[in-house]
Amino acid sequence: MRTVIFRTVAPYLTALMVLFSIFVLLRGHNEPGGGFIGGLIAASALAIFGIACGVASVRRAIVFHPMSIAGFGLLLGAVSALPSLFKKQPFMTSQWLEFKFFDVNVALSTPLFFDIGVYLVVVGAISSIALALEERESD
Amino acid sequence: MAGSYPSVDVDFSQAWNLTPVSAADWLIVAPVVISMIGGAVCLMARKNTDAQPKLGLIFLVLLVLASGGLLLRVLDKGVITMVMGSWLPPFGIAFTVDALGATLCLIASVVALCAGIHGAATVDNTGRRYGFYPFLLLLMTGVCGAFLTGDIFNLYVWFEVLLISSYGLLVLGNERPQLDGAVKYGILNLIGTNLFLIGTGLIYGVFGTLNMADIAIKISEMDAPASGTLATIAALYLLAFAMKAAAFPVNFWLPASYHTPNIVISAVFAGLLTKVGVYALLRIFVLIMPASREYMADLISVVAIGTMIVGALGALAQSEVRRLLGYLVICGIGSMLAGLAIGSTVAISGAIFYAVHSIIVMTALYMAAGVIYQMAGSYDLRKLGGLYGASPAFAAIFLILAFAVSGLPPFSGFWPKVMLVEAAINDSRVWLAVAILLSGFLTTIAMGRTWIYAFWRGGPEGTEDGKSVALSPKTLPIPAASWVPVCMLTALVIYFGLQPEGIMHLSAYGSIGLIDPQGYVNSVFGGAQ
Repeated sequence: MRTVIFRTVAPYLTALMVLFSIFVLLRGHNEPGGGFIGGLIAASALAIFGIACGVASVRRAIVFHPMSIAGFGLLLGAVSALPSLFKKQPFMTSQWLEFKFFDVNVALSTPLFFDIGVYLVVVGAISSIALALEERESD
Repeated sequence: MAGSYPSVDVDFSQAWNLTPVSAADWLIVAPVVISMIGGAVCLMARKNTDAQPKLGLIFLVLLVLASGGLLLRVLDKGVITMVMGSWLPPFGIAFTVDALGATLCLIASVVALCAGIHGAATVDNTGRRYGFYPFLLLLMTGVCGAFLTGDIFNLYVWFEVLLISSYGLLVLGNERPQLDGAVKYGILNLIGTNLFLIGTGLIYGVFGTLNMADIAIKISEMDAPASGTLATIAALYLLAFAMKAAAFPVNFWLPASYHTPNIVISAVFAGLLTKVGVYALLRIFVLIMPASREYMADLISVVAIGTMIVGALGALAQSEVRRLLGYLVICGIGSMLAGLAIGSTVAISGAIFYAVHSIIVMTALYMAAGVIYQMAGSYDLRKLGGLYGASPAFAAIFLILAFAVSGLPPFSGFWPKVMLVEAAINDSRVWLAVAILLSGFLTTIAMGRTWIYAFWRGGPEGTEDGKSVALSPKTLPIPAASWVPVCMLTALVIYFGLQPEGIMHLSAYGSIGLIDPQGYVNSVFGGAQ
């Protein structure tokens, strides 16, 4: 699999796919997309990078262990459901913060953070499996 | 992320419950949230094997406190409901907590805490690195979620959460017998969960709702409650949950898998997993589909008798302590199903009391087996012996647990059996009463044999009468973390045996709430306020 062409293209392809996955994640609230599908795209980006350049370089590139990333995602998802406690509303009630940033309407919300949590859980879990399988193959 | 959603001029009261929620009502979700956050934190810190038990125990203690607070809140306010995201029921996912759910949630949390303490001594660094504490906490997320949810599809989701965590725990250590056990456990549970999902799909197709209170209303308003569709759904649910609960004739996966993992993991499984199945049976068949329960009462009592007898005979036939205990788990499930088959208030209270007793005593027995292993280095009755000489106090504790699991007074197993036998005779189901007593008798023989072999005789098989073989001194003393939780659970067994009023009151409260769903329905749809 490690041809020159693939090895040359893979880093760019990975970067593009990660960028696209973040785009899909962010548009997910009102349009097709979201954390789950975004996470799958990002995980496949990491898998491609692993096939081309070896699992060790992927592990170096993502700094944290994939399971720790998944754990952080779970934590973020759970915590993002809590702010409504302070507004006397039930668990998971969405909270919105809107402001203007250089004439652009920005709407920050708890569902966004929940979605980012889902994204991280999926990236972490799937890439953990994928990297383990790729490692086994190269032994 | 398109812009202006919240600032649109909409009447939120059409879709949202706008009444302020007091912070105390957050106790409803607290057990799930605490164990989920705990699981996530332990997962992130899993390379730090020294911190794992500390982190895990902190969250498990918080979990016990939250569940205790929740039970007090339920006793104070009656059934309480919180619908996720403020959406109005039946569209939002409701968490509806009654006495049954809160009691089981508290007992399960206590048992998990004991397992966490025991695990600090018996799970080695490899086990910790592979995630014993994260899996234990996420298992508790699933178990507590299942006990607290008021939505049937959400119940399915919590089942999945607890099953996935239990797969992780089951293969912790990666030994060949574990993988073999996990395959059997996994496949049967997969089939069970799929049947559950199919049944839920049919429910949604027929009633257009997944909220348990809403389904209960719609079923009670149906003209022919025993119609074909409903009978199909009921049969699917019965089979699915009987698989989870390891009832006869779908019980074979339990003895095939529960003896394979680390003993503390077996202890948690034996205490909690099958009881979640029984809980689901009680919730579905008593609260939601009472007519179908009556329709299938004879079938359920045959299943109950089969489960009790198969469990007791299986226990008699085993010479490996963990396998023997696995059969005793099955035997206990039979008693709870007997309560479901009879269906009167006393019988359901008996089943709930028995579930509480069984969670505590089975976990304690598995942990005690772990202590036996630490002392003597074997689970095989033929190789055990002379433990009385090593520790008379531990011999007494094991004897107490043996009495309790057999249903002998004055310990916790006695009272629910009395209630169940009384209810069976009043309902003129004499065979059920006979089976309960017979299974208790057979269990007494099986446990008595275990005690005599492991503790009373001088040494392993072949030791001459009157001689005693000393244990190798390297195994003693046993670390406090492994015997303290056994003592804690034994103390509970003795307490529930001598002071049964509190737990009897709780189970009666739970059973009345199941048989008359009005309070449950009012809590969801706000009729009570």
